[in-house]
Amino acid sequence: MKRIDHAEAASHFIAAKDNEAFHDKRLWDLRQKRDRIRDEIPEWQALRDLASVIKEHALSHLAGYLEQFETQAKLNGAQVHWALDAADHNHIVGEILAARGVKTLVKSKSMLTDECELRPHLERRGITVVETDLGERIQQLDDEPPSHIVVPAVHKLRGDVAEVFADTIGTDRKNDDPHYLSEQARLNLRPYFLDAEAGMTGANFIVAETGSVVVCTNEGNADLSANLPPLHIVSVGIEKVIPRLADLAVFIRMLSRSALGSPITQYTSHFRQPRPGSEMHIILVDNGRSERLGLADFWTSLKCIRCGACMNTCPVYRRSGGLSYGAIYSGPIGIILNPTQDLRKYSNLPYASTLNGSCTNVCPVKINIHEQIYKWRRVMSEHDQLPFAKKTAMKIASRLLSDPKAYRRTIAATDAALEYLPRFLLYTRFNAWGKQRENPATPDQTFYGWYLKHRSKPK
Amino acid sequence: MKVALFVPCFVDAFFPEVGIATLELLERFGIDVEYPLTQTCCGQPLANSGCQVEAAPVEALFVKNFADYPYIVTPSGSCTHHVRHYLDAIPQTDAVRHVRTHTFELVEFLHDILEVEAFPWAEFPHKVGLHNSCGTLRGLRHASMSELGEPFFSKPLALLGKVKGIEFVTPQRPDECCGFGGTFSLFEEPVSAKMGHDKVSDHKAAGADYIVSADSSCLMHQKGCAERLGLDLKFVHIAQILNGARA
Ligand code: SF4
Repeated sequence: MKRIDHAEAASHFIAAKDNEAFHDKRLWDLRQKRDRIRDEIPEWQALRDLASVIKEHALSHLAGYLEQFETQAKLNGAQVHWALDAADHNHIVGEILAARGVKTLVKSKSMLTDECELRPHLERRGITVVETDLGERIQQLDDEPPSHIVVPAVHKLRGDVAEVFADTIGTDRKNDDPHYLSEQARLNLRPYFLDAEAGMTGANFIVAETGSVVVCTNEGNADLSANLPPLHIVSVGIEKVIPRLADLAVFIRMLSRSALGSPITQYTSHFRQPRPGSEMHIILVDNGRSERLGLADFWTSLKCIRCGACMNTCPVYRRSGGLSYGAIYSGPIGIILNPTQDLRKYSNLPYASTLNGSCTNVCPVKINIHEQIYKWRRVMSEHDQLPFAKKTAMKIASRLLSDPKAYRRTIAATDAALEYLPRFLLYTRFNAWGKQRENPATPDQTFYGWYLKHRSKPK
Repeated sequence: MKVALFVPCFVDAFFPEVGIATLELLERFGIDVEYPLTQTCCGQPLANSGCQVEAAPVEALFVKNFADYPYIVTPSGSCTHHVRHYLDAIPQTDAVRHVRTHTFELVEFLHDILEVEAFPWAEFPHKVGLHNSCGTLRGLRHASMSELGEPFFSKPLALLGKVKGIEFVTPQRPDECCGFGGTFSLFEEPVSAKMGHDKVSDHKAAGADYIVSADSSCLMHQKGCAERLGLDLKFVHIAQILNGARA
């Protein structure tokens, strides 16, 4: 699999000036809203501690809580399936739908089903899959993956959306009024809701104690997807289990505040049992999670509640867009999740970060995101995933910087210093420094030279 | 008090005046400053790229150079951050542990260890915007961080506030990374430059004449960006202002 070139993709994103400026501003606004609403909760930091501890407890007792959940869910009348990987998951969904002759599936947003690439799998089996979250629907119609885990089409301007809708659902190309566009999307979606034989949702949390599934949305589309058709399928990653209903309060208080700076999502729906005459299936998906749980440096990434706050605050993400990460999960959380799926393909991602640490500070479950990014760099180097030129530069630098005499010889003349230092830095792209920046001026002497002249005592 | 001065490689080569200001400033407080002549680098650029094997001999040399001093002071937040938090490519001997816990960035050394009350020689009659590098802000905790909503504090502002005539301006996004990020500045050139351009524009819009920082690397990047954009901004290391530079 080819390595994702984040820098290259980012350069195209930045070249579309209006989109980049809007994207940066919109997400920075979310970050600021989040800051303001955080200030309304004096115990915010205590909540973060609590959320982190609950998640770490659940993850370190994962098997037990999952079995408890399964038992409870079955008692409630739901059917529970276990999927080892994406293929397994897709197969299970396909079989459930085929057995009931389902032709149309309405779906609310679920990163997991994107992760498993469920849609193309079902479409190959002749099933129409309709995304019902507005942002996700825009992305589906544009045949693009989501660029953000909470606001999937945030990289698009309203004019872009008008184009997509004009091409796909026949709206007026010149009308980019958001109300008009969302109304048109609603009109387009309504028949699908009414006709679909099955609905699918993800889950933000599943509760071991009650066997219930909790879905948080702002558009109510998950409720329509789950409640209108006679069959409700829930796909959920195994890391989403929390022990008790009481624990949920901690996360609900933080989720939407972290994500959008709003006190709570418009809808927080608890699905506990199938409606009379209908079925409810819950698929518990591993797809690499157990393996991740076994990685000493990275297992806490499973605490993630997918709020997107780390993306909103990330200065790199805001200026490169989610699609530049070449993966379903982008931004800081994507950088630390993706390499467990494919080390080589995502080997550049840990370098798409300045390690500034803002992500770690906003994370409601206190994942040490930037430290994990740093650790992933070590893994990449250990596994020979660094581009040859970079590795060679590092080797040369290592020899030079560990040999004071050779170092001084190289740096002695200031000209040589200027030669050497940028070359040491400039291993990747030719003259990357000077493209959009001026070079530093060359001083007449090094500090070392000055010190010898002015301070050094002869020995 | 005896202190070893660590002058990172790019300061040595490109910003000798920052090393000189640091040395003179420490001497003003009666400190016996020594600059071990066989020093090179703390290993950060290598370790930051994940190259522990390559970082190891550089870190070993760093420790060898500095292990015998009670304090190691450097005008670089990111190097201090590396030494304190990440210098672990080599076995953690007593000498290594000593160096890791006794290396201080200049601002913290002045603020926390020397507890400096005044800089009578310092006067800087200009409008300055402070840039806290991410290594100093979130790594060394130089100042309160906007993400946490904690009570305001700022060690660099506390020191700069003792300088005569200085005036501060605050950009819209004071905490945002400037995009230097070490090798990030080259490996991720498009984003790095965009972040740098945004950063200096933000300071300019706030009315800054100077951007001051405890990290020369961020300043080098921002200066390069400002010059390319044709912005009339000047850049100065905090050591220079505290040592009495007037411009
Ligand atoms: S890593 Fe933390 S901040 Fe980022 S999406 Fe997950 S929970 Fe939110």
